[in-house]
Amino acid sequence: MMAFNRRDFLKIAGLSAAVGLGGQTAWELLLPGHLDAAEMPAASGLTAKRWGMALDVKKFTPAVRQACIGVCNQSHNVPKIDSKQGLKWIWEAGYEAAFPDLEAEYVEDEIKEMPFLVMCNHCDNPPCVRVCPTKATFKRGDGIVMMDMHRCIGCRFCMAACPYGSRSFNFHDPRKFLPDPAPNKDYPTRTKGVVEKCTFCTERLAVGKLPYCVEASQGAMLFGDMSDAGSAPRKALRTRYSIRRNAALGTNPQVYYLI
Amino acid sequence: MLEKALQGEPRYWGWLVLLLVGIGAGFGAYSVQYQQGLSITGMSRDVSWGFYIANFTFLVGVAASAVMLVLPYYLHHYKTFGRITILGEFLAIAAVTMCILFIIADLGKPQRVNNVLLHPTPNSVLFWDMIVLNVYLILNLVIGWTILGAERKELPPPKWVKPLIYLSIPWAVSIHTVTAFLYAGLPGRGFWLTAILAPRFLASAFAAGPAVLILLAMLVRKLTKFDAGKEAIQTLAKIVTYGIILHIFFFFLEVFTVAYSQIPSHLTHLKYLYFGYHGHGGLVPFMWTALFCGFTAITLLVVPQWRKNEGLLGIAAVLTFICTWIDKGMGMISGGFVPNPLHEVTEYAPTGLEMLVTLGVYCVGALVLTVLYKVAITVKEYEELGGAAPAPH
Repeated sequence: MMAFNRRDFLKIAGLSAAVGLGGQTAWELLLPGHLDAAEMPAASGLTAKRWGMALDVKKFTPAVRQACIGVCNQSHNVPKIDSKQGLKWIWEAGYEAAFPDLEAEYVEDEIKEMPFLVMCNHCDNPPCVRVCPTKATFKRGDGIVMMDMHRCIGCRFCMAACPYGSRSFNFHDPRKFLPDPAPNKDYPTRTKGVVEKCTFCTERLAVGKLPYCVEASQGAMLFGDMSDAGSAPRKALRTRYSIRRNAALGTNPQVYYLI
Repeated sequence: MLEKALQGEPRYWGWLVLLLVGIGAGFGAYSVQYQQGLSITGMSRDVSWGFYIANFTFLVGVAASAVMLVLPYYLHHYKTFGRITILGEFLAIAAVTMCILFIIADLGKPQRVNNVLLHPTPNSVLFWDMIVLNVYLILNLVIGWTILGAERKELPPPKWVKPLIYLSIPWAVSIHTVTAFLYAGLPGRGFWLTAILAPRFLASAFAAGPAVLILLAMLVRKLTKFDAGKEAIQTLAKIVTYGIILHIFFFFLEVFTVAYSQIPSHLTHLKYLYFGYHGHGGLVPFMWTALFCGFTAITLLVVPQWRKNEGLLGIAAVLTFICTWIDKGMGMISGGFVPNPLHEVTEYAPTGLEMLVTLGVYCVGALVLTVLYKVAITVKEYEELGGAAPAPH
């Protein structure tokens, strides 16, 4: 077995570059500050036992929904590809598409006609992680289901396994669909042939900030530690009725919808 | 022994050249895919596996079906299969080779395929599929080559090969079972979420594989001096008969469970495949064609006089192949993705380039098969002629 993982590689690459470049690591040149954020949560970073979210659905206006989607795509360099081979991290889905197992012939008009924001549910029991043959998708200690774009072989088993359609594959080279330079130079662009999805903005949590969509939602998205009874989402869930997407499948999704 | 593949008549070389042209075309199409990504395929966000994985699944079945020769011959000492068991084993080698190529063709990052070994992940069925397929390939290569080599020297096969043969029997079943588990364990895909999937896969494989072997045996008899023998072909025909009947029977078990329970997440897939769903019905004519071919094949096969007529048997074998290929090659994979878990419909059809890559892979399989059969048949022909040198062509 190879006893040489990516972390070691980064350390050695960083060290050798540091020697060669007089203190400035290769990584620092490519993505300033990123290694710190990804590998060593700063003291100011937000931590949790299990990150989760509650969406107060009636607080969303069309403009707020668009703001959430827009800031996510912009900040994560998600290209806009208008075809069935496009990518979606967070998007709008109707009630019947978002909650096919909660089919109800008669539902409050507002709910039935409202688009819901849907994204990766960061399941506590994620089928995508179960099927991945390389551990390129994995669950972090804080519950976030994460992707290693450098390890993914593009087999798309995770896309077949995800019961939420939350995963997108880069059928195209995404850089061809992005302006040059990419909208957010601090976030990596991807290559063709790998799967990607919402990450609950791990790069933001690491520096003590809330996910972009949460920030743009004007209080309609409550983000917090689901293991902490005092967290914002848990407080709301105690007093409000909520639903989850396809919860009967046993995936234990961590995104709740407050009705 | 491989040198026997280097001697042949012009038509042998002509066929090899034709296959090389096909391989070249497939390789050309694949280099476009390598440059432009899987965007050149008909696959999408909703239907994320297509023609490659479907053909892979079908061919795993063809590979597994070698057990239908190995088992009667080695476990039941059914001597009639002694002459053709090698044809089954070599067909398995060609089929597994194609399976591996289809997997590589389907990967978004084929250059990283070693990650499956560098980061072994036992909770992924794909990890196990890789193991069972590669071991099955090696088993058949070692067994087939050793037995044929012994035959050429007119010696009994070495003793150490026996345990490998016994191992290859359950192993053949395992490759198609594990392949079915790729699909059958996914929570949000009602079409595949059924315990009958693996048995259904095996039944259709045990129809398709021997049907291919019947056609190959007939072809070999026509082109060479090697005759598998009427009895061997008739026994294969009986195996196809049971296989195709079980395939249709298992299909109806699935239809009953899904249609009587009427659970939408299971029912909508069958509706889409056989009647169309929300105005989308691209696969409807194919699925009914498959059923029609299946029933016609059963009719031709169950009546003994018809089955014994080799003309009709050939037709039944072709119909069996069409039925099982449409079932796995078209319906089984995209049927599972349509509608998607959000009950939205995105249809799938392979693109021209995708079909060209597929053609290329089949040509590689045919090339491997031709070379292996050439070797095997040259050895067998030599035996037929009572040890005399093969007649010059």
